[in-house]
Amino acid sequence: MTEPPTTEPTPPAEAPPLVRIRDLHKRFGDNEVLRGIDLDITEGEVVCLIGPSGSGKSTLLRCVNLLETPTEGTITAAGHDMTGPDADLDAARRDIGMVFQQFNLFSHLSILDNVAIAPRRVCKTPRAEAEAEARRRLAEVGIEGKERARPAQLSGGQQQRVAIARALAMKPRLMLFDEPTSALDPELVGEVLAVMKGLAAEGMTMLVVTHEMGFAREVADRVLFLDGGVIVESGPPAEVLANPRTERAREFLHRVLHPAD
Amino acid sequence: MDAPTAAPARPRMTPRRRRGLSRALQYAVLAAVATALAVVADWGRIADSFFRFDIAAAMFPDVWTAFANTIVYTLLAFAFGMVVGVLIALMRVSEFGPYRWFATAYVEIFRGLPALLVLFLVGFGVPQAFPGIQYPGGVYGQVALGLGLTSSAYIAESVRAGIQAVPKGQIEAARSLGMSPTRTMITVVLPQALRIVIPPLTNELVMLTKDSSLVFVLGVTTATMELSKFARNELTSTANATPLLLGGLLYLLLTVPLSALARRLEHRGEAR
Ligand SMILES: Nc1ncnc2c1ncn2[C@@H]1O[C@H](COP(=O)(O)OP(=O)(O)OP(=O)(O)O)[C@@H](O)[C@H]1O
Ligand SMILES: [Mg+2]
Repeated sequence: MTEPPTTEPTPPAEAPPLVRIRDLHKRFGDNEVLRGIDLDITEGEVVCLIGPSGSGKSTLLRCVNLLETPTEGTITAAGHDMTGPDADLDAARRDIGMVFQQFNLFSHLSILDNVAIAPRRVCKTPRAEAEAEARRRLAEVGIEGKERARPAQLSGGQQQRVAIARALAMKPRLMLFDEPTSALDPELVGEVLAVMKGLAAEGMTMLVVTHEMGFAREVADRVLFLDGGVIVESGPPAEVLANPRTERAREFLHRVLHPAD
Repeated sequence: MDAPTAAPARPRMTPRRRRGLSRALQYAVLAAVATALAVVADWGRIADSFFRFDIAAAMFPDVWTAFANTIVYTLLAFAFGMVVGVLIALMRVSEFGPYRWFATAYVEIFRGLPALLVLFLVGFGVPQAFPGIQYPGGVYGQVALGLGLTSSAYIAESVRAGIQAVPKGQIEAARSLGMSPTRTMITVVLPQALRIVIPPLTNELVMLTKDSSLVFVLGVTTATMELSKFARNELTSTANATPLLLGGLLYLLLTVPLSALARRLEHRGEAR
């Protein structure tokens, strides 16, 4: 040590982004779904990913935690080199929460076990401790008194909130959401978005695939418009949603915002 | 019909009436067959062959030993079949080629061979090839292996189907939480797969209950005799068929509730 230890931690001038994607390509056979994605997400940022069906939104999201293996390119996320030769994906995924369109709660486990199982089995947290933590997480998302119920006994909105609690129980640094409200009845969408807003307000870094333009406008720091496997527009929601530069984005937004015509 | 409008002139039979008539006809045929049988059969002789209460009573209490052995053999074979069957199923869905090849060969062989031949192999083939070999538990060990090998092949196929029926989203959720493939299998996939295959496994238990009657080929003593062998011995010594009836009833006492259970579990599976 040449320098004396400082009392105040001095962050580097430019904090490294929590997610860094470089030249990401993904092919399914002959179908090139992602065609060169570059994306940085800084800590605490909320990024919403919009775009037409089949544009590769889910694929991009699933590449971040390597549920899909990139064909080309590099990804670092939550401090892990995801695409490196010695990547420890299991360790990395502990720090990256994921919420699915279809909730994917473990159907054979109670609500409490759904939230407590990963800390217990993956982090070897003692059962009592993991369950106490699970109860706190469930309370945070507004699920109380349902600990012993099975997922199928809950409404879609409740299930999705449990799924969020389950991901949060691993204390992730980054949360990925793939159309978290698309499978919900309209009256249940609000309760899930409210939980996500709270999470954003607490400073969670989030990458959210969504068709909820209201949520994007209100919560996102940045909106990305993906089309044909490339990021066509990127900027603050006011810019991208109100004044899209490309014709494709204008068309898409018009369709989403005025589905009746 | 010439009159396309209004109701047809000749009132046609309603579907409900037609069904009623057809059913009545079938009942009539059934009744006729039953009557014919009742008239033709020599009831006195039948009663004498199958319903001799004194012979049935004399089978007690020894028949309970045979009954218990039937249950023990079934459970031993099932336990062996489950443990090995799940292992083989895991090998069959493994990423590692040699595991898959071995498991496939195993299933094909033991599903393709008659249970009786496998029992002979275990009881006589193996001891001849490896002199001095001792099965743990004597005949009980032989039965667990001899019936369990066949059973494990069927169980492996059921469990494999169950594993493949677990929705992909469940696995993705587990992996996203940082569970390793093995951890995911143990914590999420297998518990769900086993739930899915409870009905076929219950059916396998029924099949094993019946297949335990093959154990006699191993050469059993009074103490290790199962129900079929016991009933046949009694048949020989009494020259009467009543022991078969009693033995049969005792089998049904086991298999009918099990089958009913399997049916109920299947329906519950559909409801989910
Ligand atoms: N596992 C796969 N195998 C083959 N093709 C796939 C696979 N997953 C996705 N695709 C293809 O990749 C393309 C993009 O799919 P993706 O799910 O990423 O789109 P999306 O933008 O999420 O669409 P949506 O809004 O409908 O969810 C589609 O053409 C799809 O058919
Ligand atoms: Mg999608």
